[in-house]
Amino acid sequence: MMARARFLHGYRGEGPGAWLAAGCVALALLMVVALLALLAGRGLAHFWPTEIELVTLDDGERFAGRAVREERPVQGQAMPVERLYYTGNRDLDGTVWRWVDVERIAMRERPADLVVVERRRWGDFIGRVVDRNTEAGHLVLESIDGQRLIQPLAEVHKIVYPNAMSSFGKLVAWEQGVWRFLSEGPRSANTAGGVWPAIFGTVLMVLLMSLAVTPFGVLAAVYLNEIAPQGRLTRLVRIGVRNLAGVPSIVYGVFGLGVFVYGIGGTLDTWFFSERLPSPTFGTGGLLWASLTLALLTLPVVIVATEEGLARIPEAQREGALALGATRAETLRRVVLPMAVPAMLTGMILAIARAAGEVAPLMLVGVAKLAPQVPVDDEFPFLHLERKFMHLGYHIFDVGFYSGDIEAALPLVYATALLLVLVILVLNLTAIFLRHHVKARHGALQR
Amino acid sequence: MPALDHVTDSVSPALATTGAVTEIPASASCFEIEGLSLAYGDTPALSNLTLRIPRQRVTAFIGPSGCGKTTLLRALNRLHDLNEEVRRGGHIHLEGQEIHAPEVEVAELRRRVGMVFQTPNPFPMSIYENVAFGLRLQMSLKKRQRDEVIEWALRSAALWDEVKDRLHDSAWSLSGGQQQRLVIARTLAVQPEVLLLDEPASALDPISTLKIEELIRSLKSRLTLILVTHNMQQAARVSDYTAFLNGGELVEYAATDALFTNPRLAQTENYITGRMG
Repeated sequence: MMARARFLHGYRGEGPGAWLAAGCVALALLMVVALLALLAGRGLAHFWPTEIELVTLDDGERFAGRAVREERPVQGQAMPVERLYYTGNRDLDGTVWRWVDVERIAMRERPADLVVVERRRWGDFIGRVVDRNTEAGHLVLESIDGQRLIQPLAEVHKIVYPNAMSSFGKLVAWEQGVWRFLSEGPRSANTAGGVWPAIFGTVLMVLLMSLAVTPFGVLAAVYLNEIAPQGRLTRLVRIGVRNLAGVPSIVYGVFGLGVFVYGIGGTLDTWFFSERLPSPTFGTGGLLWASLTLALLTLPVVIVATEEGLARIPEAQREGALALGATRAETLRRVVLPMAVPAMLTGMILAIARAAGEVAPLMLVGVAKLAPQVPVDDEFPFLHLERKFMHLGYHIFDVGFYSGDIEAALPLVYATALLLVLVILVLNLTAIFLRHHVKARHGALQR
Repeated sequence: MPALDHVTDSVSPALATTGAVTEIPASASCFEIEGLSLAYGDTPALSNLTLRIPRQRVTAFIGPSGCGKTTLLRALNRLHDLNEEVRRGGHIHLEGQEIHAPEVEVAELRRRVGMVFQTPNPFPMSIYENVAFGLRLQMSLKKRQRDEVIEWALRSAALWDEVKDRLHDSAWSLSGGQQQRLVIARTLAVQPEVLLLDEPASALDPISTLKIEELIRSLKSRLTLILVTHNMQQAARVSDYTAFLNGGELVEYAATDALFTNPRLAQTENYITGRMG
């Protein structure tokens, strides 16, 4: 009875307020789950080797393709349902999509010899392999409508017989597809292939940003909280810092372009890289300037979090150190700062969360549509800060809005979005793990 | 300088007849406080205090809340320096030297005048590192020497037997009473001449309190102790001299036995019998 009464009325009779609050939490959770489910469903399904249908229309015409979705062209009218097929063979037909009136379909078969050939140029071929000439290094392919072509093996990524695959084989193929998406560079104007350079660019940019913003923000917070006289000016600076967090990110992008790229970068070029002018080295957007711009963007977050951490340290700890004959600097370094490390890491976590998803400022200071070379290689100085880089967020934007074939791009948009969420999650978890480790070292720090 | 400069004018005639504190000559005093006044901004906290604190004795400051006893204690190791609002007048001499003189290094002064606070404030480090903290600031010792000093300090604070097997555990895993003794050990490790104790047992249970009081008595042979307490019985139990402060003024200052058994002033008597404060 007791338990039931509590369930119905909440603890200590909070009444409908508690239900409303709990409902809001439930709704928020539901939306997060729905978001992830949408991204995962649409994105990951793309890599599943769906079976190929051999379709015969009522007029005897035949073609092969993957059924993608069905649509009623005009809502509410008695129009026939149309089905979209992915037919591949851009080089033979000029298009890879075909809408078919469902009522015109006379027969659908799934012959096991239908093949999907993933090629470096022209995208997928769907049809049959007529001849495999390993010596000459080419395949002879024939589409369903009888067109033949000779496909050099060197330009073939993968040959799949989806209709002949077992479920397990499909699972393996799916895993391979996902892995290639993660580990390969983009192809066909970003509408195919993988996103590895974008993953690498995103993570590297965020790490460089953290390296830049954490010491800078921590020192600023230490000055504001520990060293500066707590007068009106300090209060004003503090309010200013907090308000900086609200400046739209594109404004930081403009600032980065003006100050970092044209200002500092241009000056560096005239001093050190004048032999390469007029082609700029640092005087154009690049990894370094993007990282610094985002560091600037996230600086207020780090300062505020660190300051709050410093303010939480009991005065007794400072006095304890001073009473032992420590100077103010020694007290700061040996007692106050170690105790504030978890707060600093909290600041870093918030900074990462904010920076990893920013796209707008990057477009001005160094992100590239296509930069298949990652900015780290075996060529001195190994880390190429001046290079342009790819970013998952910008990749989503680019694939979604600037690819010629939105039907092909859409699943990649979902998959990349899911990946961006996961990358941010991993970055955050790493920082949270680090903070937990630091806290554990200090024992039960919270009293 | 008059012989009775250690008491305020209002009570000196009374004390002159008993001679209660005339037994503290300048040569036997550790601190000599002369005309000390102190204010937080516009709020006066201490006015014109003059007293001598005897070397290697326990002196207790008692008085109602807000009477200025903690303020006086914190003036002795210049902990008020941190607060920009505090204004001070008068002099404090430690072993004949003005502690506010420009050549005095405040960090060195605070090493000589150690302080234990009301709530135990061990650092978030191991027990060992807590005691080593002050040592590391002062000098670089070989590990073996440092270990010896740390053992000595923990023994002096009557904590060694309880922690010798877990020196590298977090100091915050200790009980409140152990933490307070650890803080005392930490302070002893840097060899102070004076130990200021700001209600060191007020946050502790009776048994821990007892241990702290025993510790205070045992340390008397080595250093000067100054104790701020709310607890009259505690002052009576552990101190040799007691100063009663009220409203920022020194009301009465005498040997503890004399002050508790035969207070000169009605105000003091009211306070120690519990009719005031």
